[in-house]
Amino acid sequence: MMLKKTLLASATLSLTMATFAAQAAGTLDAVKERGYVQCGVTSGVPGFSVPDQDGNWVGLDVDVCRAVAAASLGDASKVKFTPLNAKERFTALASGEIDVLSRVTTWTLTRDTQLGINFAGVNYYDGQGFMVKKDLGLKSVKELDGATICVQSGTTTELNMADYFRTHGLEHTPVVFDTNEQAATAFDTGRCDAFTTDLSQAYGLRTRMNDPSSVVALPEVISKEPLGPVVRQGDDQWFNIVKWSLSAMLNAEELGVTSANADEMKASSENPSIKRLLGGEQGLAEGMGISDDWAYQIVKQVGNYGESFARNVGKDSPQDIDRGLNNLWNNGGIMYAPPIR
Amino acid sequence: MKYELQPTLPPPANTIGAIGWARKHLFNGPLNSIATVLLAWLAFTILAPVVQWVLIDANWTGTARESCTDGGACWVFIGQRIDQFLYGFYPDSETWRLDLAFFLLLGLILWLAIPKLPAKGIAALITLVIYPVIAFFLLTGGSFGLEAVDTHQWGGLSLTLVLAVVGMVASLPIGVLLALGRQSDMPIVKSLSVVYIEIWRGVPLITVLFMASVMLPLFFPEGMTFDKLLRALIGITMFQSAYMAEVVRGGLQAIPKGQYEAADALGLGYWQKMILIILPQALKMMIPGIVNTFIALFKDTSLVLIIGLFDLLAIVQAATNDPKWIGYATEGYVFVAFVFWIFCFSMSRYSQHLEKRLHTGHGNRA
Repeated sequence: MMLKKTLLASATLSLTMATFAAQAAGTLDAVKERGYVQCGVTSGVPGFSVPDQDGNWVGLDVDVCRAVAAASLGDASKVKFTPLNAKERFTALASGEIDVLSRVTTWTLTRDTQLGINFAGVNYYDGQGFMVKKDLGLKSVKELDGATICVQSGTTTELNMADYFRTHGLEHTPVVFDTNEQAATAFDTGRCDAFTTDLSQAYGLRTRMNDPSSVVALPEVISKEPLGPVVRQGDDQWFNIVKWSLSAMLNAEELGVTSANADEMKASSENPSIKRLLGGEQGLAEGMGISDDWAYQIVKQVGNYGESFARNVGKDSPQDIDRGLNNLWNNGGIMYAPPIR
Repeated sequence: MKYELQPTLPPPANTIGAIGWARKHLFNGPLNSIATVLLAWLAFTILAPVVQWVLIDANWTGTARESCTDGGACWVFIGQRIDQFLYGFYPDSETWRLDLAFFLLLGLILWLAIPKLPAKGIAALITLVIYPVIAFFLLTGGSFGLEAVDTHQWGGLSLTLVLAVVGMVASLPIGVLLALGRQSDMPIVKSLSVVYIEIWRGVPLITVLFMASVMLPLFFPEGMTFDKLLRALIGITMFQSAYMAEVVRGGLQAIPKGQYEAADALGLGYWQKMILIILPQALKMMIPGIVNTFIALFKDTSLVLIIGLFDLLAIVQAATNDPKWIGYATEGYVFVAFVFWIFCFSMSRYSQHLEKRLHTGHGNRA
């Protein structure tokens, strides 16, 4: 009965959303007329979107929105951030309250195909991982046979872990807690041998442990959580702008263009790829309806993907998350952007 | 034989002063003595660590989490963020407008609350009619040379106060009208009021807010967005006026029937009867109920965090997620609780004082 109701509700919702999607064209014109990009974010996830001391939004997801603003308007500060909870995020996008949703949203088939939305790429490959104390000398999750593991109750995290251990014929004792924070604290005080949750969160929780440097993540990632920006279906031009804004950040990192050397590169670089990226070729951005120096504006004002990563979640931030999967394809990760030409 | 009155001896030393008081109230029997000692021990074991954490081991000055070294509460976190907690994302150069609006309101409330000050009627008129207009232009800007500040930049304590004050001021008159409607002899007015009250009292506020933020936009044509704060304000007001109506109805029913009949006998019309005879008496008796509703409303405003408005609670929660300050959530919540307590406690004290002063004459007091 419950299921039936849910199905009915989601059917109505997707129907309404589909109607909206049909009228979604012209986002870029609307943005230009309005003078700012409307961007949906979380109401506070460390490193992804959170207001800083001065009330400015910062984070990896926030940088995607700023890049889109830099590309479409030439000014990365022209963004209006709307904090949304997990339930209202897709409605806000469908109703036109926001132009881009950049809110730690996992790309799944149902979402992509049934809600009248499109995922414009992946800006963070998240996944469930395990944290252990360094002095145990563990190298793999496979060595956790018979371990007690702290986990948040009632989440897919718990199920993923059970599945993984069953498939690999390992024993484990889950110790469940109401919130991730409690699970992390329990692990920290020695209640469990390991602690599991999505890695992006695990690193954030690690910073508040007694001795963060004594805790390490095991290399295995047991679930796929690709997070990325989302746009309304039916406006391919806007979809392209968001998709290529993200790609420009990745390409800039690959080519070694940073916010610091962008001007110099633009003036003197002989590398044709860099020239194309920084607007040296006329008419390249014509198809998107934006200025030719769009990618230059992104790199100059927001930085390349590597800079954004380091600043928000990576080595220059308290979380100090390892690049791992999020490294460039030629550097051991799977971040691979199509070429700009 | 001469009888002389001896001078009165002072009472025994152990029956007066602090010792006497303690003997009489705390140790007047074995059972009470045991209870006193036990409770004192309990209070000490609970309070001592709290005081230690809140005051003794706490760090008060500094600029970053590195300043928090003593193991107690890290009030540095609150200090660094206090502007954001009070003003939200309101532009720094414009926060004087929030201050001005707040102190104007405070001044008006004091004018109304202090018995000796004259011209209460004018004060009430200014508070209910002129002040909202001034506050609206001050806060939103965009005219009189003030910079426009979009509502998505509002937040913190000032947003909480906006939600609470608008909710209170708007729901009281609507509530009175609904209560009168429910008592009315006119069938349509009566049934409409009953339906309205029962529907809004039958749903939780969180559902109302959720409907306003998630479902409502789906029914508007695309591109037409309705300010989120306005949606929340309308939701809160509609919800709260149903509750207010029931409080007022309680007051109306407590007025003896003779008062109604006496008013009728004087030849007063319906509105004259209500405004001159019934409501002044009823409102006095309803003070505890009304204040109770106001306090509940003030605390309910924090529910707007689920629709992404940054009221005091939500903005503190967001701040505890700043990577620079992760792990200081307790300090944040203690601060929020303290601020809410101050507001609610003062409202409650003022209503008690008001009850005593107005001395309704219908109470059980001798």
